[in-house]
Amino acid sequence: MKSLVIYGVSLLALCMLTGAFIGDLLGSILGIEANVGGVGIAMLILVLAVDHLKKKKKLTVKSQEGVAFWSAMYIPIVIAMAAQQNVFGAIDGGPLAILAGVAAVFVSWALVPLLSKIGKEKQNTIGDELIGGSDHVRDAK
Amino acid sequence: MFEMLSDVFKENGLILSFALVGVVMYFSYLFSDKLTKGRLHGSAIAIIVGLILAYIGGVTTGGEKGLSDIGIFTGIGLMGGGMLRDFAIVATAFGANIEEIKKAGFTGVLSLFLGVVVSFVVGVAIALAFGYTDAVSLTTIGAGTATYIVGPVTGTALGASSEVITLSIAAGLVKSILTMIGTPFIAKYIGLDNPRSAIVYGGLMGTTSGVAGGLAATDPKLVPYGAMTATFYTGLGCLMAPSILFIITRSIFG
Repeated sequence: MKSLVIYGVSLLALCMLTGAFIGDLLGSILGIEANVGGVGIAMLILVLAVDHLKKKKKLTVKSQEGVAFWSAMYIPIVIAMAAQQNVFGAIDGGPLAILAGVAAVFVSWALVPLLSKIGKEKQNTIGDELIGGSDHVRDAK
Repeated sequence: MFEMLSDVFKENGLILSFALVGVVMYFSYLFSDKLTKGRLHGSAIAIIVGLILAYIGGVTTGGEKGLSDIGIFTGIGLMGGGMLRDFAIVATAFGANIEEIKKAGFTGVLSLFLGVVVSFVVGVAIALAFGYTDAVSLTTIGAGTATYIVGPVTGTALGASSEVITLSIAAGLVKSILTMIGTPFIAKYIGLDNPRSAIVYGGLMGTTSGVAGGLAATDPKLVPYGAMTATFYTGLGCLMAPSILFIITRSIFG
């Protein structure tokens, strides 16, 4: 069978749609007006799907490139996201809003090292086979 | 002539934004290399440039969507909007290691609950200091401090005044923007250099945009781990703030 880049993109899209649907479903079950972890669920599905397909050698280099492209577009998209934030609104919120936001960030920062220690048995590092990076398209292994 | 060019830009908004972001990134990386010798990551500079452009957009149009409120830059709204952002975030999971996620699963859940409660308490404390005493306003501002989506959801549910809801959104925006800018600077002091701490980071900070931008500027390899937990935060906040957190706040402040 012919290998196409779109298969990877399509896999990615299916994962995202499934995740978004489950997230909405979770939200409505819990009775709240929000998507509960849709993106996170989609990521888990993708990780599991990629793992499964790689083991069965069904994920070709071409298909992986389809996912890798969007992964590489992540930083540019985040920059576009920054450019459409309501920065003016944030500053216009006045001292209460600014102070609350800043204090929440600093307190949360302080908790990161404490929580990271919980249940940690050894130093985690990112292995070389972990693909990705700002400059290179992922190594399609 | 000028009008023709402007029409081309308007008709090809998304394409223009690709070109524009590329140019911004080129100069940001150049600036990072030549003037900071790589100490300040190129993407961190680009994000700050983006935020400055967003501020300019907000000042000139009075709108809420930064640069994308300016006619010819509407494509930025599409490129940086929720749909493509989430698509790209999901794509980053391609490089994530399932073992790391399993190992840090419990810590991630814990950090989510703690993250919501801590930001909420901080928001309530600041609101108290500014003279708010009623439980509805305190809860709404606390919820907004968690994220700018939880604030209005909670405020609407509890019937808070629109002034308080606006404040709550602003508090969440400040948190999100500071997380975007500050993460690369604070990362080495809080040990944010491995998947486990990134998972914790996503749970504690919660703002998807903030975590997504902040980790991108710190180390793109950490993005999937932080983003994965962060995307549960808003849902959890919307669940907890109008219910249990409101009940607790009301029992303390009447």
